[in-house]
Amino acid sequence: MIRVYLPGHLRTLAQISGEVELEVNGQVTQRSVLDALELRYPMLKGTIRDHVTGQRRAFLRFFACQEDLSHESPDAPLPDAVVSGAEPFLVVGAIAGG
Amino acid sequence: MSKVRVLVGTRKGAFTLTSDGKREHWNVSGPHFAGWEIYHVKGSPADPNRLYASQSSGWFGQVIQRSDDGGETWAPVGNKFIYEGIAGTHQWYDGTPHPWEFKRVWHLEPAPGDPDSVYAGVEDAAFFKSTDGGQNWQELPGLRGHGSGPRWQPGAGGMCLHTILPDPGNPERIFIAISAAGAFRTNDAGQTWQPINKGLFSEYIPEPRAEVGHCVHRIAFHKSRPDVLFMQKHWDVMRSDDAGDSWREISGNLPTDFGFVIDVNTNEPETVYVVPIKSDREHYPPEGKLRVYRSREGGDEWEALTNGLPQSNCYVNVLRDAMAVDSLDKCGVYFGTTGGQVYASSNGGDTWAPIVRDLPAVLSVEVQTLE
Repeated sequence: MIRVYLPGHLRTLAQISGEVELEVNGQVTQRSVLDALELRYPMLKGTIRDHVTGQRRAFLRFFACQEDLSHESPDAPLPDAVVSGAEPFLVVGAIAGG
Repeated sequence: MSKVRVLVGTRKGAFTLTSDGKREHWNVSGPHFAGWEIYHVKGSPADPNRLYASQSSGWFGQVIQRSDDGGETWAPVGNKFIYEGIAGTHQWYDGTPHPWEFKRVWHLEPAPGDPDSVYAGVEDAAFFKSTDGGQNWQELPGLRGHGSGPRWQPGAGGMCLHTILPDPGNPERIFIAISAAGAFRTNDAGQTWQPINKGLFSEYIPEPRAEVGHCVHRIAFHKSRPDVLFMQKHWDVMRSDDAGDSWREISGNLPTDFGFVIDVNTNEPETVYVVPIKSDREHYPPEGKLRVYRSREGGDEWEALTNGLPQSNCYVNVLRDAMAVDSLDKCGVYFGTTGGQVYASSNGGDTWAPIVRDLPAVLSVEVQTLE
């Protein structure tokens, strides 16, 4: 089971409390995790990744296991600790603005 | 007895303000979508319980929310705004070509006869339509593909399509306005468009009388008389009596003809309201006095309406989508400020009072008159 932690605004939008737990078939990557997330919560489409390019929105970051994975390939395998559920995959909003 | 519901979009959420027809005591609900920018909220003329809201954020992009119960509950609908075909380029601030990029929805306009049909005006400027209650959006690319698109340029607030006026008597005819391209009209439900900027003079552009490039801030009409259009341009208040084919200036005795909002009294088609702002460099009322100006002659002669409005040390702005009128008799007039006040007049502007004083900066104000 993959654990995903979302920023507060996206939890509110999707009416989620706490972490999301997802079953991901096949290789566990940023893309497969986010695909599974958007399948369960379609209102999140376009809020994390651009609808057209599929790229991470500029003011969001992806973290796991105390590492910034934002610039990793979306198809790169996520760390074993994320795959095993020991660590969450974190979607984090930049601290910016007012 | 009639009721009114004022829909307020702010920098940090949406609010609904409700009152009975006397419009003396108000109930304030919100913030809805707390923390998000709400550029616009508007109800369907065909079903007043159907509301649409544009919710956006620099972090998370665009969301469209829909309510089917007058704003008691909301649900996100479709947020996929994809330009048709090759997006192409428009001019950037420095005149160089810049790719068309979707940023946000500025204005949602439910179609007059069908609660499931709604238009969206977006930045970078384009015109979208949904016919399924906002689930799916299609661009009507005839506007952007008019041929002048590569010459459009953003205003300071972005290159936004901010005004959509469907003709209530002719579903094929729609007026729109873009900063800074100008005003356009379609006579075939959005398939083809023509610029309607003849008579506009903008000395800040290379060709002051150009076909496109004017920074139109707002257009309004009286629903019974859609051939008569009133415009607040960047500078200049304008009027057209031929559905935009030609314009003449009606700034008259205004203390400054810069401003953003303009609207028309529901019961008196020749009574027009503007809020003069000092200049394009100083976005606040002249002399620190917040004054609505009213013309009862369709322009040229204007009177200051000050009763109940701050007349000293007031340095707020009133943004282009932040004025609305109800359809009661006497006409209610409402506007919101960047200082978070929403002012209301229940007597056509003779006197004013704040409904609320301390909201986040107000981006838009709409009002519904409910039976």
